[in-house]
Amino acid sequence: MRSRPRPAPDVTRPDSARRGVARARCRERLAQWMFIVPAAAYLLLFFGYPIVKNIVMSFQQYSITTFYTGAAPFVGLRNYSEILSSDLFSEALLTTVLFTAGSIFGQFVLGLAFALFFQRSFPLGRVLRSLLLLPWLLPLVASGTTWRWMLDADSGVVNGALRGLRLLPSGVPWLTGTSQALVSVTLINVWVGIPFNTTILYGGLQDVPTHLYEAAKLDGAGPVTTFRHVTWPLLRPVVSVVLVLDVVYTVKVLDIILTVTGGGPANATETIATLSYELSFRQFEFGRGAAMSTVLVVVSLVFALVYLRANRRAQSG
Amino acid sequence: MTSPARPPTRRIAARWGTGIVALGLAVTGCGGPTGGPTGGAAGAGSANGRVTSITALDYYTDGPEHTQWGELLTTCGKSVGVTVEQTSVPGPSLLPKVLQQASSRTLPDLLMLDNPDLQQIAQTGALTPLEQYGIDSSGFAQGILSASTYEGKLYGLAPNVNTIALFYNKDMLSEAGVAVPRTWDELKAAAVGLTRPGRYGMAVDANATFEGAWQFLPFLWSAGGDEKQLATPQAAQALRLWVDLVRSGSMSRSVLNWNQSDLRDQFVAGRTAMMINGPWQISALNAATGLHWGVATIPVPQAGQTAVTPLGGEVWTVPQNASRARQQKAAQVLACLNDSTNMLALAKERYTVPSRSAVASQYAEQVPSMAAFVASVEAARARTGELGVKWPKAATGIYTAIQSALTGEQTPEEALKHAQQTATSP
Repeated sequence: MRSRPRPAPDVTRPDSARRGVARARCRERLAQWMFIVPAAAYLLLFFGYPIVKNIVMSFQQYSITTFYTGAAPFVGLRNYSEILSSDLFSEALLTTVLFTAGSIFGQFVLGLAFALFFQRSFPLGRVLRSLLLLPWLLPLVASGTTWRWMLDADSGVVNGALRGLRLLPSGVPWLTGTSQALVSVTLINVWVGIPFNTTILYGGLQDVPTHLYEAAKLDGAGPVTTFRHVTWPLLRPVVSVVLVLDVVYTVKVLDIILTVTGGGPANATETIATLSYELSFRQFEFGRGAAMSTVLVVVSLVFALVYLRANRRAQSG
Repeated sequence: MTSPARPPTRRIAARWGTGIVALGLAVTGCGGPTGGPTGGAAGAGSANGRVTSITALDYYTDGPEHTQWGELLTTCGKSVGVTVEQTSVPGPSLLPKVLQQASSRTLPDLLMLDNPDLQQIAQTGALTPLEQYGIDSSGFAQGILSASTYEGKLYGLAPNVNTIALFYNKDMLSEAGVAVPRTWDELKAAAVGLTRPGRYGMAVDANATFEGAWQFLPFLWSAGGDEKQLATPQAAQALRLWVDLVRSGSMSRSVLNWNQSDLRDQFVAGRTAMMINGPWQISALNAATGLHWGVATIPVPQAGQTAVTPLGGEVWTVPQNASRARQQKAAQVLACLNDSTNMLALAKERYTVPSRSAVASQYAEQVPSMAAFVASVEAARARTGELGVKWPKAATGIYTAIQSALTGEQTPEEALKHAQQTATSP
């Protein structure tokens, strides 16, 4: 936020006038604060408090009993050493990385392709573009459950189609194979994420001045060259913002995995987020669950910082 | 019955909610001189006055079930001179709600809990032992008493209980010329014999949730295995049975992702000839036209052995409360819910088993279709009977082992060794 330039103090004025100016300035400063207070209070209450509480909880032995007795003894770094030393953690971390990287790659590439596609005007283009938003509008639990049915190995429509087309007579164990399940949830998450990517990238494309395209055309540039030397450089700031937001949104995905596979089969789709949920709300180990989510917060924070930097570059550039 | 996944607790939000209201009142100077604690007892008879109404919390949100319990609570309330205000929340949000109420000291006068959760809640000190109200607990089946007991004291009673058994499609069995399996070998042979294109012989719930662990327990226990010590040949034998069923192609690999409602849907749709499930599915099975089903006790390793199944069902408890008079009334209602006549009527309405052994045998005579469940409940064990509050850890170990073995990631022995580590981790 940039503050307004203040008038320079006028030394030639008499004392009383100067006092008046001081009073006015004080009032102005008060007014500035009054504008900040609601937002600051909101942030502190609904973002600051939960995060601080979560961090404090991660150093405590916080169990069901705590809810009744209020006693939550501090245990230092025990929660952290326990979660970090379990073999499930490294597995889940790897799954989280694969899931995030895969989802973002798919979402971004397809999102960009759709954005470029819809940039041309053609009949029904607007209708199709708004239909593309559908996955975004559906409740995730509803679409997750539908995907679960569609990907069922025996009676699912996807395997039915593969069998009907005689491509794979045995079908694919989409949700029950340990290596396929992660691919399946990643694909579902790509499907969920395309609308977001398309919308933001489409907005970015609208900002590219048309005369540049015309100039490129006059210079004899083909579509690929135009994209490489005109579209892409001008889209760069938007791209970095989209990618960072994608990371922050994907790292914390919980509902899709819980409804589609529940972390299974054999922990194949267990991520840091689902592990944290399981510790807190299935095993009621709130302390360890909090430690796990702190790890998640740190990961998101790193990318949020990257986002802020990218954002600044986008504004200045 | 089942062990639902729990959504995030809203405790923090609730606390902040009250905090903000209080802040608002303080700032505006509108607090007023009243002050004083309100809490759960608000508006329903003061501590020293006569108690005219009490509150009850359960998870019976489904239409008929909610009404059946509502009527029984009203009748029992009337018999002791109080009205009962019944609140029902969906299963997954019951425990978060109870935790929230426990921290704000607004627990209801009468609280229903799923039986494997009772010991954890009793451990917090939020419940009162029933002996102080002079409630008669004689004649109850041992399984439900052990689930309701924490550190030697009884904290709850269940009017009726349930367990799981083997459901089979009569038409499919007779068409394939297969008899109802009694032993594991017969089960494997029957499952193979019943498998057709587009149809599996057998289905279990091997989900990565507590439900998967609950369905595995009858196999584990009947083989002589134990949840305290999972890395045993007996446990491996039980797990191998499930693995063999999947390997032979007579049980779908999708069981890894099916819950008990999915099993019912598969069974009703004719895509599986047999399944393990509980009596709460009976009304849905009866509603399916053209489905002729039967139910038998779960097969055992060797002929002549008794199947040991896990005990399901909800227990009623009396939480800690500022008013002794309200607790007394709640305890009287609880005793009424658990008297022999009411438990028999309720069991008939809900296809469950009365928890007093004498009433249960009377019931088996009157409702022969429930005989398999009555027989199983007799020997049924509580999930928390041995491990108590450590059960959730063991359950996590068990369902992970099932998943690792069925996917072929690990042999049953390796998977169970891993499960034992999970169960005993700090």
